[in-house]
Amino acid sequence: MLTSVVDSLRSSLPDSILAVQEFRGETTVHVKKSSIVAVCTHLRDDASSLFDYCSDVCGADAYTPENRFEVIYNLYSTSLNHRIRVKTFVDESDMHCPSVTSVWPGANWPERETFDMFGVIFDGHNDLRRMYMPEEFEYHPLRKDFPMMGIPDSIPLPRK
Amino acid sequence: MNVEQAMEIRQQKILAALENKNTSVYFNDALDNQMVLNMGPQHPATHGVLRLLIKLDGETVAACVPELGYLHRGYEKLAENCSYHEFIPHTDRLDYLSPLMNNTAYVLAVEKLVGIEAPKRAQYIRVIISEMARISSHLLGIGALAMDVGALTVFTWSFREREKMYDIFELLTGARFTTSFTRVGGLAHDMTPDVIAAVKEFFDQFPEKFNECITMLNTNRIFVERLDGVGVISREKAIAMGMSGPNLRAVGLECDLRRTQPYLVYPELDFNIPVLTDGDSLSRYYVRLNEVKESVKIIRQCLEKMPQGPVHANEPKKVLPRKEQVYTRMEELIHDFMLINFGVNPPVGEVYNAVEASKGELGFYIQSRGEGHPWRLKIRSPSFMNLQSTPLLVEGGMISDIVAVLGSLDPVMGEADK
Repeated sequence: MLTSVVDSLRSSLPDSILAVQEFRGETTVHVKKSSIVAVCTHLRDDASSLFDYCSDVCGADAYTPENRFEVIYNLYSTSLNHRIRVKTFVDESDMHCPSVTSVWPGANWPERETFDMFGVIFDGHNDLRRMYMPEEFEYHPLRKDFPMMGIPDSIPLPRK
Repeated sequence: MNVEQAMEIRQQKILAALENKNTSVYFNDALDNQMVLNMGPQHPATHGVLRLLIKLDGETVAACVPELGYLHRGYEKLAENCSYHEFIPHTDRLDYLSPLMNNTAYVLAVEKLVGIEAPKRAQYIRVIISEMARISSHLLGIGALAMDVGALTVFTWSFREREKMYDIFELLTGARFTTSFTRVGGLAHDMTPDVIAAVKEFFDQFPEKFNECITMLNTNRIFVERLDGVGVISREKAIAMGMSGPNLRAVGLECDLRRTQPYLVYPELDFNIPVLTDGDSLSRYYVRLNEVKESVKIIRQCLEKMPQGPVHANEPKKVLPRKEQVYTRMEELIHDFMLINFGVNPPVGEVYNAVEASKGELGFYIQSRGEGHPWRLKIRSPSFMNLQSTPLLVEGGMISDIVAVLGSLDPVMGEADK
């Protein structure tokens, strides 16, 4: 499935593809963090891909010593009607990741949400503020080491 | 950090975002034309708890920054600590205007991950309840839009119809809002003949009542002129900004996941996708209105074609057994114990499954590590992505048009804030 997309990606950007996975008919392409913008631009513009619609950008915490965080892009093509998932990895020591807002302006808010929830800093994003949590909040709640019940006194509440 | 300092930081960051839009803000000069207006989070026209910071130049909107998070409950974090079945009630509270649709969308994603499919009858029932949820949600969307621009009667009339639908939901699921009706591999229980009769009876009278509502609006010159040409977005921008649902179909793109990426029994049904090309608030209203009519058609076909049979997949290790069997039979008791205590345990992998919900593309992205609970569950909520375009739609327009644009976008904050 989607062999033409993966083949054209492999031939034009051979060094940036780390792996290609297939599960339940869905294709996931793992790419290097440094070339994520090049890959996304190729996927948007290439005639066999035409992924003009960025459904979603989200993060995940794999909780591994290396490459702890994943940034996942779920893409859709409105003209060719197919989906692909692009995944890149962010290490805890270097929380920066290039922003794809230059490719799809709609990645703006999902990237802000990922920053809010995981602390991934998107370079090139022009308005990287927290999406849901208050600005002065110090933690990133969807990280696996953040307790589900929250941390007492982490948000100052008005006095009764 | 005390409360005052925290508020100070928050204010500064938001104002900096307004400043970034190549504008300058003066706060001290009361006689200046420019001012910053804070709309919400308690404003009735923001459909919940959306907060908009608006920079005005006279009555023209110079810049707009939406602020979210006032209804953030952390459902994605909760999901990581729930079993797959335990998360179903939480999906009710996402888009609280169409809980049945969210239930269906969620279990479809889990079923894709597990690799099972619900039987035909269950799929037909899921289509019926999804389309009823769509009608109920669009009725509120249309009614609230009319109320926002000053036509109060339609709001009460559309709520009268919604009330009848909620009676049917109560008869079917036992609850009006928090339905939690679907299960992985099927439904909570079958649709009984009296519910089917109630649905039929409702849809016998509904088209006439609905026509009454929309005739009031379509022939109302004030309503039409308040919306015509207001909040226009181009086709390219709407796609690039990730808009979906009726808002995307109002810019001339026939993108409906029921047709393009079919799921359930939609391929067996005959219906049209309403598409308009203007991309303004009036088109968005008309797309919703026509979708309601198509949904009525879909439900009528489903009631006709719905086969008899079970509503649970025959997968004892994945699908919860019936309660009466749990109490009387050993095998089912064991399966029930295992499913409740250890969960469904899908294979290691990840899926993204999206359905065409009433607001747009509602997707669930689930990462599984073979455990009873998801490792990561991401909700791709359509309202969130639609709201993202609000600044594009309102900037350059009049301040009074903001409520009309917001009403025509039809966001639900329960879903946008998750």
